[in-house]
Amino acid sequence: MPLYRSHILVCTGTTCVLKGCTAVQSALIAEIKRRGLENEVKVVETGCLGISEKGPVMIVYPEGVTYCQLKVSDIPEIVEEHLLKGRTVSRLVYTGPVTGEVKPAHPGRQKEQRIVLKNIGIIDPTSIEEYIAYGGYEVLGKALTQMTPEQVVAEVKTSQLRGRGGAAFPTGIKWELTAQAKGDNKSVICNADEGEPGNFKDRLILEGDPHCVVEAMIIAGYAVGAKTGYLYIRGEYHQSVAHTEKAIADAKAMGLLGKDIFGSGFDYDIKVFKGAGAYVCGEETALIESLEGRRGESMVKPPFPPTQGLWGQPTVINNVETLANIPHIILNGGEWYAGIGTEKSKGTKIFSPCGDVFYPGVYEVPFGITMREVIYELAGGTKSGKPFKAVLVGGPSGACVGAESMDKTFAYEDLAPGAGALIVMDEDKCIVDTVNNCLKFFVHESCGQCIPCREGTKRMYEMTKSWTEGQGEEADLALMQALTSNLALTSRCGLGQVAGTAFATSYKLFPDEYLSHVVGAECPTGKCTMTNGGGKNNG
Amino acid sequence: MANTVNLTINGMSVQAEEGMTVLQAAQKAGVYIPTLCYHPDLSIEGVCRICVVEIKGQRLLCPSCAYPVAEGMDINTHSPKVREARRTIIELLLANHPDECLTCSNNQKCELQRLAKELGVQQVRFEGARRDVPIDTSNPSVIRNMDKCILCKRCVRVCHEMQSVGAIFANKRGWDTVIAPPFNKELSEMVCVFCGQCINRCPTGALKGNDPAAEVWEALSDPDKHVVVQTAPAVRAAIGEEFGMPAGSLVTGKMVAALKMMGFDKVFDTDFTADLTILEEGNELLHRLKTGGTLPIITSCSPGWINFIEHFYPEQLPHLSTCKSPQQMFGALAKTYYAEKMGIDPSKIVVVSIMPCTAKKYESERPEMRSSGYQDVDYVLTTREAAGMMKEAGIDLPNLEDGKFDLPLGMSTGAAVIFGNTGGVMEAALRTVYEVVTGKTLENVEIKAVRGMEGVREAEIDLDGTKVKAAVAHGLANARKILDLIKEGKADYAFVEVMCCPGGCIGGGGQPHPTSEEIRKKRAEAIYAEDSGMALRKSHENPAVLTLYKEFLGEPLSHKSHELLHTKYTAKTKKKAKA
Repeated sequence: MPLYRSHILVCTGTTCVLKGCTAVQSALIAEIKRRGLENEVKVVETGCLGISEKGPVMIVYPEGVTYCQLKVSDIPEIVEEHLLKGRTVSRLVYTGPVTGEVKPAHPGRQKEQRIVLKNIGIIDPTSIEEYIAYGGYEVLGKALTQMTPEQVVAEVKTSQLRGRGGAAFPTGIKWELTAQAKGDNKSVICNADEGEPGNFKDRLILEGDPHCVVEAMIIAGYAVGAKTGYLYIRGEYHQSVAHTEKAIADAKAMGLLGKDIFGSGFDYDIKVFKGAGAYVCGEETALIESLEGRRGESMVKPPFPPTQGLWGQPTVINNVETLANIPHIILNGGEWYAGIGTEKSKGTKIFSPCGDVFYPGVYEVPFGITMREVIYELAGGTKSGKPFKAVLVGGPSGACVGAESMDKTFAYEDLAPGAGALIVMDEDKCIVDTVNNCLKFFVHESCGQCIPCREGTKRMYEMTKSWTEGQGEEADLALMQALTSNLALTSRCGLGQVAGTAFATSYKLFPDEYLSHVVGAECPTGKCTMTNGGGKNNG
Repeated sequence: MANTVNLTINGMSVQAEEGMTVLQAAQKAGVYIPTLCYHPDLSIEGVCRICVVEIKGQRLLCPSCAYPVAEGMDINTHSPKVREARRTIIELLLANHPDECLTCSNNQKCELQRLAKELGVQQVRFEGARRDVPIDTSNPSVIRNMDKCILCKRCVRVCHEMQSVGAIFANKRGWDTVIAPPFNKELSEMVCVFCGQCINRCPTGALKGNDPAAEVWEALSDPDKHVVVQTAPAVRAAIGEEFGMPAGSLVTGKMVAALKMMGFDKVFDTDFTADLTILEEGNELLHRLKTGGTLPIITSCSPGWINFIEHFYPEQLPHLSTCKSPQQMFGALAKTYYAEKMGIDPSKIVVVSIMPCTAKKYESERPEMRSSGYQDVDYVLTTREAAGMMKEAGIDLPNLEDGKFDLPLGMSTGAAVIFGNTGGVMEAALRTVYEVVTGKTLENVEIKAVRGMEGVREAEIDLDGTKVKAAVAHGLANARKILDLIKEGKADYAFVEVMCCPGGCIGGGGQPHPTSEEIRKKRAEAIYAEDSGMALRKSHENPAVLTLYKEFLGEPLSHKSHELLHTKYTAKTKKKAKA
């Protein structure tokens, strides 16, 4: 392996691509070559660094300097000053002091406790050597050669890790059920069909540290007695797919996947499967249907996947973030993990605040952090500086929470974080318009099988749409409440069950704003265009 | 014996078996739970959510059709929460359903309509966009109006599970979902066999037969036309259900009387040509046995089955008997033999069939079925459609005095009536073949080995030393099993009977709703009862058939027989799609 004196990690996540990182990267490579530095400096593509708002972004190692908002014209100066002369181009530096660790993007970053995201932005995600150099696959060796599958499961149970995809089911129990279920073709599925608007944590993990998920999937396979792992990745996540596929190929080449891993006699393989774009495929039974080659539609439960999943066999399905915790739990022990967080919510949780915040991004923090800390310190408060109005916790499927909950803590026993999206709205945002958008999403993504969700989401959306146009009727509000509770009680899967949550929770917080739209045909924020002539804020 | 599980349903202590669903446990305990997407013939879909119940300790309402019982479960099937949920679901359906109940073909039989009444839906609080897709009238058998569809997928399930045809699927997603052939094609463009099992299971008026009642009424009122009707064996054991009679009511005489009241010039019986089929097909079997022809010979009475083999197993077409179905033999003879005998111009004869079948509609329009020089059968009414006409004519079928079939084409034997049941053609053929081959009298004519509802049944018949292996299949998924065995060279049958529909014609796609194995068994019993009550029970003893040979055809498999009573099959190349 050639040695370089410097590595430059260029973020090629979706947002940075939109902001022009491809041209910046090409210019960088060309300039390095022109200066004859190609054997000294290596340019590495990495996944989203969580600060793409300021993209294009790159980090120069070993100094660890983060440059942001780069233009092609900035490149000669960076190469000349930083790479040749060793002087930081301070006008382009993102923020914070120069250290060997990942840069605190802003002071609030110090609240972070990175376990899952430990390697993100540090290592080259396409290099298995770097992953190993940072301790990777050591835990796999430990699990496979020094622990029984039962011990692995016990460690995960001790950690009290719960599913990070939103449902928060205890991971250890899921593994135990699968391990104990009878079947000769068990599977492990990593659910990377991250489709909930506002969530982008799984993409960051797969783009920036794919081996960590691969390693976790092998451990999971060993623990439950599976032969095959499937990584079901959202189809739009091109770089996640590319990095994961490379990680799997490299792991295979090193004998970390395949036959007789670490001489343990354990055989295991992982396949990557690209989703075709249906949100509902993030629901585990729909995901299994899709994997088996059918329409992505949720199935009746029970049976649940741990007893009857893929191909009718016992199956573990875990979210990316959930799995990414596993190597750390096995390495440091379940007790260690259970020491982080709150009484009922152990470990860390990744949040992805977005919307009207100053620092949108991806942050990993221990459970028990207050919403105020996440929104005001990590995410820097509202971008506009105007008062905070509300936040959709978990995304459109989550609850709408207002300022009165600012000092609640993120924990399953207090304010459940869902998958971690925090869609923040300042006072200029119209709640009715926002909920209307959420419902439009659910109408589009309903698979159409069960009546409450298929017909109910449509009627709900039609109502909110009419409200944003000043065409509502007072009786609509009662109908919406009836539908919300009907969908929550009777829909076949989570999609329909939560489709009305944003309405129900926001209506409690902002009844006057709804009444103003529905009865008064007025939008207090002026966001909605009323078509019936009423309303003073028609803009 | 499964373990017993103790439950509480609506405060009552109830015992169920482990592995039962809550719905099954409730049914066993005599507790009614409304259902919609559930159908006893099909797999559990669990999408309508009408059968939800409240189970203590569960956050959500649980679909009882899919939810397994567990020890100590405390279930409320009609709590206020449950009733409200069911009402709301029906309202949601009605908000996206045409307001055409009064003119709908399924008026007063519609399950959605019944549930709306039963669940106390007195208003529809929701309104908005409604599905608006074109009606598929592309074929003579099944009309599909998907605006009335509630997406229960019973039709999809029966097509895939029971028939293994897979002509229809869910197309598109979410609110735009439409049940249709792949890529939203019309039914005539795909592998549909027109069996109509989808219609039998549709809870609403989304699916119906292509009803020629108006044309039939017109023919009946035309003094220039001589309108004759033939009734298939299975109709007499089911049409009473359309008039509120219990399943299994045998109404042969009342049906004949009703048809005469409607104004048909002659009321004949397809049973006549069923007997004739036995003579032709039995002789064909013997001929193939003697000359080393293609074996096994497979029956060809069921037009849905013919469509299936033409689509899916064209290489096995030589196995089929060349005999036309009894319906088509009847049509060909009505416009030749009968016309000659009565001195009626065949161009003035209108042949109407009353069939338990929708595929018969397609069959009557096949170009091969014009050997009289005219379309042999002009109009095919299903059992349901015939009952509709009777009602329109003010006929109170249950209270009619029995009428009698006209001669000669109304004369039949017990062997013919059992054509209506799965295994019936086989049994009828064996009654004749045994006597022809052995020259002995068959004492016990009831061949129980080929009776029953098992999907595939095998029997070995001792023809005085010669053992003949036979097999019977009903429902096309079962037919597929036999065809695969034949294809793999693993079947040593001489004779195979295949009926397209479950239970045979008594479970046909033109029969009254609802259907279930229980109902089909009752109809089958009625058919067997008719057989056992008849004086003549062997086809070769039908005097009118013997006269037909003497006067007109000569002998079985004669040149004239071939011309009028036999046909050829064609491999079909329409697109097939698999689930």
